[in-house]
Amino acid sequence: MQVTMRVNGEEVSRDVEPRLLLVHFVRERLGLTGTHWGCDTSNCGTCVLWMDGEPVKSCTVLAAMADGRDIRTVEGLEKGTQLDPVQEGFMREHGLQCGFCTPGMMMTARWLLDHNPDPSEHEIREAISGQICRCTGYENIVRAIRWAAEHPAKEEVAS
Amino acid sequence: MTVTDAAPLSAAGNPIGFGRMLRKEDARFLRGQGNYLDDIQLPGMLHGAILRSPHAHARIISIDTSAAEAHPKVKAVITGAMLEGLKLAWMPTLSQDVQAVLATDKVRFHGQEVAFVVAEDRYSARDALELIVVEYEPLRPVVDARRALEPGAPVIRTDIEGKQDNHIFDWEAGDREATDEVFRRAEVVVAQDMLYPRVHPAPMETCGSIASMDRVTGQLTAWSTTQAPHAHRTLYALVAGIPEHKVRIISPDIGGGFGNKVGIYPGYVLAVVGSIVTGHPVKWVEDRSENLMSTSFARDYHMHGEIAATKSGKILGLRVKVLADHGAFNGTAQPTKFPAGFFHIFPGSYDLEAAHCEVTGVYTNKAPGGVAYACSFRVTEAVYLVERMVEVLADELKMDPADVRRQNLLRPEQFPYMNKTGWEYDSGDYGKTLEVALDKAGYDDLRRRQAEGRARWRAAGGTPEHPEVGGEHLMGIGISFFTEGVGAGPKKHMDILGLGMADGCELRVHPTGKAQLRLSVQTQGQGHETTFAQIVAHELGIPPEDIEVIHGDTDNTPFGLGTYGSRSTPVSGAAAAVVSRRIRDKARIVAAAALECSTDDLEWELGRWKVKGDPEKGKTIQEIAMLAHGTLELPEGVEGHLDASVVYDPPNLTYPYGAYICVVDLDPGTGQIKVDRFIAVDDCGPRINPMIVEGQVHGGLADGVGMALMEVIAFDESGNHLGGSFMDYLLPTSLECPSWELGETVTPSPHHPLGVKGVGESATVGSPPAVVNAVVDALEPFGVRHADMPLTPAQVWLAMRGRPLRTDLAVS
Ligand code: FES
Ligand code: FES
Repeated sequence: MQVTMRVNGEEVSRDVEPRLLLVHFVRERLGLTGTHWGCDTSNCGTCVLWMDGEPVKSCTVLAAMADGRDIRTVEGLEKGTQLDPVQEGFMREHGLQCGFCTPGMMMTARWLLDHNPDPSEHEIREAISGQICRCTGYENIVRAIRWAAEHPAKEEVAS
Repeated sequence: MTVTDAAPLSAAGNPIGFGRMLRKEDARFLRGQGNYLDDIQLPGMLHGAILRSPHAHARIISIDTSAAEAHPKVKAVITGAMLEGLKLAWMPTLSQDVQAVLATDKVRFHGQEVAFVVAEDRYSARDALELIVVEYEPLRPVVDARRALEPGAPVIRTDIEGKQDNHIFDWEAGDREATDEVFRRAEVVVAQDMLYPRVHPAPMETCGSIASMDRVTGQLTAWSTTQAPHAHRTLYALVAGIPEHKVRIISPDIGGGFGNKVGIYPGYVLAVVGSIVTGHPVKWVEDRSENLMSTSFARDYHMHGEIAATKSGKILGLRVKVLADHGAFNGTAQPTKFPAGFFHIFPGSYDLEAAHCEVTGVYTNKAPGGVAYACSFRVTEAVYLVERMVEVLADELKMDPADVRRQNLLRPEQFPYMNKTGWEYDSGDYGKTLEVALDKAGYDDLRRRQAEGRARWRAAGGTPEHPEVGGEHLMGIGISFFTEGVGAGPKKHMDILGLGMADGCELRVHPTGKAQLRLSVQTQGQGHETTFAQIVAHELGIPPEDIEVIHGDTDNTPFGLGTYGSRSTPVSGAAAAVVSRRIRDKARIVAAAALECSTDDLEWELGRWKVKGDPEKGKTIQEIAMLAHGTLELPEGVEGHLDASVVYDPPNLTYPYGAYICVVDLDPGTGQIKVDRFIAVDDCGPRINPMIVEGQVHGGLADGVGMALMEVIAFDESGNHLGGSFMDYLLPTSLECPSWELGETVTPSPHHPLGVKGVGESATVGSPPAVVNAVVDALEPFGVRHADMPLTPAQVWLAMRGRPLRTDLAVS
């Protein structure tokens, strides 16, 4: 079947098997390998991307279900050569080690800050609690997201 | 410059040496541009999938692959019988045993590899698995390690000629007679049984491999999730008989390892076979269930500890018996001479008179493995044992566990200290580190608040029979003090399958003064690209941004055994320092030739050789690099260029240590434990990049909380694996982890060129006993002395009622 969707602002159209998972679609059909896969049971969150502005676990979404939708992946976080404050925060606060959970974490973090620009530590922990990181013990992920909250991008301040 | 001076900053703002520096590797990961195994796509690449056993122990009667072969997208179906023809049905393990690549005669654990399908895409490969028909004759499994040696127990390894039981090895360390003698005269002897349950490293990226066999050249290139690419190359050569110079192993970005990615798994070998058979590259990536069910587990140590002491709490001796469950094949990854790894460091951080341990390894119908999950070669189990025994003693003597430790910790003047089982601890000031941790925790105040809380609970009517009173919770405080031996290891004592554990390292300084450092170790998130550049910067004054660290490709790096057991900084870090010093010595000769003086006239300041007494006159390392590649005439016998290589054989292990304190909150109504605070004071010597060190500690602490409270791989009586997904195998999330409180003391290692000791596993090793000690402390009003991990609400609730469970077996 044919699916058409906007991915990071660009329209893409592909012929897919109806059962193809969205995570495999973006990774293997579009070559956007920043979105990862880490479990069979929708528990790990390494596959988180946005569909119509909401974070979803793309291992539990069929590519067919994304037909006509708007998808944003980690590759769509950077604006031009300007890192998103969340990316900057993860770098500055050492919020990543192996980097495998990082794209999913950052996509959730961006969504959180868009809806709650000044989250408490607990609100941050709640927001990322459906995602697992085996490396960082979460401490520096929390700090990274706080850093991003404290250093919004210029246009965010303006708007 | 000493290591504690602040390093000068480069033009890019990075420390030219030690200090906090943002990671060089982050740029790609932040943009989703990492290059993990499953991101790699090769032209014509096919996909493999493994059919696994649904039984723990069964004879294979027949395998019918015809329907799978008829699937239009299937290119090959491989069975054990086919591999037998190629002499590839069995492969050597890292512990001088063999493991089935695909089962031939019997399956020996739930999840064992039975057949391999190669198809055009990953979904079709999985579809075809369902078309394979295997007829099994189920056999009685051995699930409980404690019954594995009973007469009449089913024999698992019937493939080993003459094997009549499930015994693997007996091993001992320490002085039995001296220990028995100490126990005979001791005023107090306390014993405790405890289980360190089977757990799994579960890195977020599962294991996988892509094999590409070039039929014309005979060249095998394998991209693998491996922490030890060079060891894998040699093993591939030995297993598959491919000449080693025709094998290239590439370890791309690794999404976490923790010991899970040390060994060679059947899937890796099958990808190679698949590529040979089809003539195409074959990718095999396991799913999460396969990862949890079949790849290296960790721990599974059934321990019986006895501690001898005086009435005033002076520890005299420790005696330990261990039953080690190694699963169906002895596949632990550790130095050959040590079948129990470094477990015999169990006397821990204490000054005692004698110690002895006996370890018996047994086969069971469970997945093979045993040394994984950041365990420092079973120092984890050893630290858990001794730190629980100290608590048990404190409980017996009604003493404060901090005071028992104060009384018994090794004193600074005892170092270097030869412990009672043969380890020479390099350096330490244990008492100081403990006091820093107690201070940071506000220990006395915590104890006061705990007493008040208990009094409130009792006043409200709280008793073991009526624990739930007015929402009153109980506080628990747990201490652990650990010493690790890491950085394996000296060649004279340590090898894996005959391969010495020394690490090679090469440094090339290019004409313009930019450098490439080639390492044998492989990062899995530890930040080697940054830390190792900082080591070279520290030694040569080249800014870290001008140093590229190259690793993870056997064709482009020198030989070495890889990253595990916290060995990268102790061994390869030393190699990087030594190779830099060689360059520095060579640079001195070049500078002297250029300045027309003697090398004795020159002295080193960071990044520059200068003339003594005439500091204006000198050559920077960058100038020297250009001169070394130019036409300058060098003294007789000195070659041009500025390259060097070394092989570093460490003289001893390094011994990082630390004092950890955990504070938990127990809800006596539900048995729910919450970790309120965790204080970790680590001494790993000087910190090359404190930011990275702290990150390593954070991650290990989360591991510890997970193991202590949540994680276990249990089995039912039929040998079914009960932890095959993240719904059943629970990992800590951001909500189970507190905000970690870190501290440090710095005691350099006297034998490491940089004084550093390694830290990758410290927190994973040190934290579980702190959490368990805290929970048991919270349970003091219930008279609980011990309960096995994981201390889930159910386990705590049962412990409050005096009947904690065996957590390794399912209750039905
Ligand atoms: S891959 Fe684990 S939640 Fe999607
Ligand atoms: S950084 Fe490795 S899993 Fe989060």
